[in-house]
Amino acid sequence: MASEAPATARGSGVRRLAGALHRRPRLRLALLLTGPLLWLVVLYLGSLAVLFASAFWTTDSFTSQVVKVWSTDNFHALVTTPVFREVIVRSVGVALAVTALCALIAFPVAFYTARVAPPRRRPLLVVAILTPLWASYLVKVYAWRLILSQGGLADWLLAPFGLSGPGFGLPATVLTLTYLWLPYMILPIHTALEQLPAQLLDASADLGARAGRTFRSVVLPMVLPSVAAGSVFTFSLSLGDYITVQIVGGKTQLIGNLVYSDIELNLPMAAALGTVPVVVIVLYLLAIRRTGALDSL
Amino acid sequence: MQGIAIRLQDLRKSFGRTAAVAGVDLEIRDGEFFSMLGPSGSGKTTVLRLVAGFESPDQGRIELAGQEVTGLAPFERDVHTVFQDYALFPHMTVEQNVAYALKIRKVPKAERLARSREALAEVRLAGYGDRRPAQLSGGQRQRVALARALVGRPRVLLLDEPLGALDLKLREQMQSELKAIQREVGITFVFVTHDQEEALTMSDRIAVFDQGRIAQVGTPAEIYERPATPFVASFVGTSNLLDGEVARQVVGAPGTYNIRPEKIRVLKESAEADEPEHATATGTVADVVYLGDATRLLVDLDGGGRLTAVQQNLETSAEDVAAYRGTRVRLQWHRRHAVRLPS
Repeated sequence: MASEAPATARGSGVRRLAGALHRRPRLRLALLLTGPLLWLVVLYLGSLAVLFASAFWTTDSFTSQVVKVWSTDNFHALVTTPVFREVIVRSVGVALAVTALCALIAFPVAFYTARVAPPRRRPLLVVAILTPLWASYLVKVYAWRLILSQGGLADWLLAPFGLSGPGFGLPATVLTLTYLWLPYMILPIHTALEQLPAQLLDASADLGARAGRTFRSVVLPMVLPSVAAGSVFTFSLSLGDYITVQIVGGKTQLIGNLVYSDIELNLPMAAALGTVPVVVIVLYLLAIRRTGALDSL
Repeated sequence: MQGIAIRLQDLRKSFGRTAAVAGVDLEIRDGEFFSMLGPSGSGKTTVLRLVAGFESPDQGRIELAGQEVTGLAPFERDVHTVFQDYALFPHMTVEQNVAYALKIRKVPKAERLARSREALAEVRLAGYGDRRPAQLSGGQRQRVALARALVGRPRVLLLDEPLGALDLKLREQMQSELKAIQREVGITFVFVTHDQEEALTMSDRIAVFDQGRIAQVGTPAEIYERPATPFVASFVGTSNLLDGEVARQVVGAPGTYNIRPEKIRVLKESAEADEPEHATATGTVADVVYLGDATRLLVDLDGGGRLTAVQQNLETSAEDVAAYRGTRVRLQWHRRHAVRLPS
């Protein structure tokens, strides 16, 4: 083997190393994963653990200093204080509403981009759907603030019908979040619809099914996992958001706002609040897993 | 005699600038096993899709059992299709797949169950109802697709190269099974294939497609023995065309002639014709192909042109036939086997 290797010392050194690695699969795996795993365990899971642990501490009410005494008071407060309960329910409600709206809007859009539009134009349409993601989050939210402000675009458009825009508040928050996360719902549905074999639709029609029936019995069940996959994005992104609601939400409070306002004064309480979305999303993922959506991610 | 299941009149369909179907007239009889044979791109699958209603023709008329269906949607036609790659619904069980047509027609659940079980038994898949299509082999999926299309007892069953994805052994087995099922249920089968052997073995009648048109319609024997055009002669079986000066010399009259290789006997050059009805020609063996059961000889005729002859390996073996190369031979055939093709 050595005699066949290139004459240069460097070449043969690299070859020998490659050969040595080839014979030690475990070493190769260790070299590949040590760095990323350190990152994941220490920085990502580590900070989650610290967050969870600090939720069991308390603060000195005079100095706002963290007192490292273990207690479950914070979690107790989460469940018993009406404001917290209300905000948690509202936040989950907003996330669900945004997810439902995204799904309703995304399906027809994705159906058009994946199956109706001329095949040559489809990649362009996908790019068009993705372009908003290149713009700054804040710019987009402030654009919505302008649209929804008094005498803004929404008011002006609805005036001929004797209506006015929703103004700032909960509906505006849901609307803006729906706009922000819509691409994350369109893309998986688009992919699923694009991969749906045309022959299945032909076969359904051939066996006597009209369009509505084919949609209910063939298209929807086959695309549903991708809707669920998209909802993981829209749901978790909505649940964690606290900036949009500050800009267009008026006085509306979501979990993120409470965390934000508590972080200076009562860090352990903020940590306890912070674990709520984590728990909710874990529960959501467990529910989604039952649909098989995570297999296709 | 019998009723007409399908009548096509001047059917035309273009995709962009290519004319996939360029004027097809055809009558398919009730209860017939009818094959549409042709190379890929000859328009046979497009005709099938037009009959099923997946495409609408640019021109022409489609009748199903005497009723015009040209403008009707697929779900309004009493026709079911077995697709090339089966098109089974992956999210449904085998039984749900088979019962799909019945469910749409709102057949009561008990009857639905009984009939789909029966259909699965017909294709020898009894007991597979609870599986998913992904858990089945190619041949089994093929049977499910067949059961799904048969369970509603359509007027006509369309089969789009249904055996194309199966290996040779399985294909041969499915050929005879398909034929048996067709005889049993008595439904008109329209079978699209590019495999001439498949068409010859299974069909009552065959339409040979060439560039969007039908080159010939006839029984397998008619198609094979009396090809109507040089294209049919070369697509169905091996053709041996003689034309121009060679035809005048060898056959004795001008025109284009086709002689099937198995009709030709290979004799020693010195041999005399057995009977006056036999024609002969001398030549040199240019190539020998050992096929196992037979040997194919390519003979360059002295008068020009080349004929292929097939000999059964009754006594000969691979070593013997290899020695044929370069030898002088006399080819002999019965005059009526030199079939004149309209030019």
